[in-house]
Amino acid sequence: MGKKIGVFVCHCGTNISATVDVEKVAEETKKNNPGVSYTTTYKYMCSDPGQKLLRDKIKEEGLTGVVIAACSPKMHEHTFRNAAIKSGLNPYHVEISNIREQCSWVHPDKPVGTEKSTDLVRMMTEKVRKDKSLKPIKVHVTKRALIIGGGIAGIQAALDIADGGHEVIMVEREASIGGHMAQLSETFPTLDCSQCIMTPKMVEAAQHDNITMHTWSEIESITGYLGNFDVKIRKKARSVDLDLCTGCSSCWQVCPCKKIKSEFDMGLANRTAIYIPFPQAIPSKPVIDRENCILFKDARKKNIKPNDSKVCRKCIDACPIAPVKAIDYNQEDEIIDVKVGAIIVATGFRELEDGLYGEYGGGKYEDVITGMQFERLASASGPTDGKIKRPSDGKEPEIVVFIQCVGSRDPSKGCSYCSKTCCMYTAKHTMLYKHKVHHGHAFVFYIDIRCAGKGYEEFSQRAIEEEGATYLRGRVSRVYKKGDKLIVLGADTLTGSVVEIEADMVVLASAMKAQDDAEQFAQKLSIQYDKDKFFSEMHPKLKPVESSSAGIFLAGTCQGPKDIPETVAQAGAAASKVLALLSSDELEREPVVARVDRQLPPVFSTCIGCFYCQKVCPYSAIESEDIKARDGSVIKTVARVNEGLCQGCGLCAATCRSKSIELDGFNDEQIYAEINAVEFN
Amino acid sequence: MKIKITTKELKSDFAKEVKDRSGIDVKKCYQCGKCTAGCPVAYEMDYMPNQIIRFVQLGLKREALTSRTIWLCASCITCTTRCPKEVKIAELMDVLREMSLEEGLANPLEKNITTFHQAFLNSVKKHGRISELWMLNEYKMKRPKTALQDLIIGPQMLSKGKLSFLPHDIKGKDAVKRIFEKCK
Repeated sequence: MGKKIGVFVCHCGTNISATVDVEKVAEETKKNNPGVSYTTTYKYMCSDPGQKLLRDKIKEEGLTGVVIAACSPKMHEHTFRNAAIKSGLNPYHVEISNIREQCSWVHPDKPVGTEKSTDLVRMMTEKVRKDKSLKPIKVHVTKRALIIGGGIAGIQAALDIADGGHEVIMVEREASIGGHMAQLSETFPTLDCSQCIMTPKMVEAAQHDNITMHTWSEIESITGYLGNFDVKIRKKARSVDLDLCTGCSSCWQVCPCKKIKSEFDMGLANRTAIYIPFPQAIPSKPVIDRENCILFKDARKKNIKPNDSKVCRKCIDACPIAPVKAIDYNQEDEIIDVKVGAIIVATGFRELEDGLYGEYGGGKYEDVITGMQFERLASASGPTDGKIKRPSDGKEPEIVVFIQCVGSRDPSKGCSYCSKTCCMYTAKHTMLYKHKVHHGHAFVFYIDIRCAGKGYEEFSQRAIEEEGATYLRGRVSRVYKKGDKLIVLGADTLTGSVVEIEADMVVLASAMKAQDDAEQFAQKLSIQYDKDKFFSEMHPKLKPVESSSAGIFLAGTCQGPKDIPETVAQAGAAASKVLALLSSDELEREPVVARVDRQLPPVFSTCIGCFYCQKVCPYSAIESEDIKARDGSVIKTVARVNEGLCQGCGLCAATCRSKSIELDGFNDEQIYAEINAVEFN
Repeated sequence: MKIKITTKELKSDFAKEVKDRSGIDVKKCYQCGKCTAGCPVAYEMDYMPNQIIRFVQLGLKREALTSRTIWLCASCITCTTRCPKEVKIAELMDVLREMSLEEGLANPLEKNITTFHQAFLNSVKKHGRISELWMLNEYKMKRPKTALQDLIIGPQMLSKGKLSFLPHDIKGKDAVKRIFEKCK
């Protein structure tokens, strides 16, 4: 018996009806398609009365298949399928015919649009005839979350989830958590000290019963799917036993390698080879920099085990822990396996490299520094104890030029986006500078001042009006050295003049860039990234914290440039998504997944085991399965689709040489029915 | 034009000088250009009103004080009324005019205007109000090229009693004089 199909054509206000004669589409469809027992049109099908119309007609007319001719299925497929469920119809008998994005919006000519819409609707009615009932797939959930990255985003998300009562595993690749925020001096627009608001959060995360922290660790691999991820964490050899070490500082005080540039102080100060990144680090226990430690250099040269080297050994001698010392030169990387249900990626950003702007002398002149370096200069815990001194000779700079948009909004340097925070932090820098050097003069070169945020505009105006920073509208063309001064050549487009400033120090508001390894990392996680290597959110407006892979969420600057409040908000949002996910024991997901066919003996499956499907699958969802005889011998090895991982893209089905894979909801029969409907009419 | 900023030059702060004299804080201006957009005489100016403020902001004293703009400003106060940041632009023009005269920087192209201002003030100073005929007399003596300008309306004004041959003093002439003394 054929299906009783109902067709509902939506006007979408005038979005569709302006270029498509919806009445005619409904009429033609009813006339020419046997089996279509009911057609109607409605102004807004997605509205409450529209949905009620659908629900009522399914019942009244006894419809067993429904076509909604409206907008893209991405918009409202879910809405209409849910409405169908309420009337007792299996939702997979509801199909959307997209006559808005794919017809009315792209065709100005009404008769042509109407004809095309009629065709599109007919295609879908043919598909609906072949639709089968599908059941949602149930997936077990491991109630544990993984947070990758220990900056403010990671810490906030970890705390929120841990407070919600779930276990959290946090992985940070540096020796301490804290990220960039721990490096900042003061924060805009309130000028409260970053350390004062960051370090208590770091302590809270470290001491939380539900949080397990792995610093100096990286993600080795992630497999599995929503609710059931298998994660391998590489705990890099720290050369220090975290359980034994008390962080007494004896070791790094005696370390003779004192000339290593401190990463935390952005190269403005030195550290030792065995070190903690900064005094407030968590854990407050050192790590040995094996690249620079003379003992490890010696061991590498002589090709012996580090512990057999007789060079130096001062740190282990100084270690007061007995009988087993807390320092272990022979320590090796360790791989830890964990199972988690959801993942939050909070891997942060990096600052644009110095050398990219040769014309500004970045990386060449000591007194041309980056915004992050200025943060360290202005920080009370920084190399100058918060005094503004220029790096070359330690003199207090009388004229400081700040250059905005260094790397940002510069497509020629491969960075077309706005880094969003620089306008504000530059305004903050001018204030911090003026607070510390009263007679100093701050000049800021800008293209636009972008201060959209609560209290932000007032903050930047305060820098100009009250703190007396002089803003010049234009980009700087060149910075060069003349004696002990830096000559800055810029422009002020408001007066239409060239500006030449004899500066003592230049601060570049360097762009926020995606981490160097963002691309490889995204591939490791099977999540999408944009042209700038920032991770892509699922939907720019409606799914801003979801990644393209189910169960993996994004927080902070790994997704795009943002400031602290926004990062914290996004981390909280991601955490709430994870909490919702972990709140149930089982998850339901769309049954649109691929299936490898299984047959009765002696064929078992038409799959020939070529595993081409495995190569093309972007979600690593194809596994292999041995079909065994009763005695346990393998008869055949065939492909199997992991329902949890499969996202229903259909690549495997298209690739399969033996036509053994079908995508539920989009099988060959259904697709051909659609094609035939246009071809033979 | 080239603006050169060095540690030495920063010592003279033009914006502060203007603020001390007039109380007008040009730092408040964010260069939106609304003053220029609404100015009825901007089309005649060499620099737009917002550019004059920009000069003051950047300490470009010479550019501001030698401009024709400050003399062409008709003090209609449209700019001041409309300024979103409440900068008193028309009043700023007044201050700049004063400073320009003091420093001998008034633009020679606008000599007519400065002379007219002077004749106007002299007349007020002398009689407590202006005497149209005597003020014009002074102006035209000093700017002979303008002697025949507007002469045609003289008889009309005379016939309607708008011009009197003898100047009339006001009652509180001394008070006006004292104002002039005080403003010196």
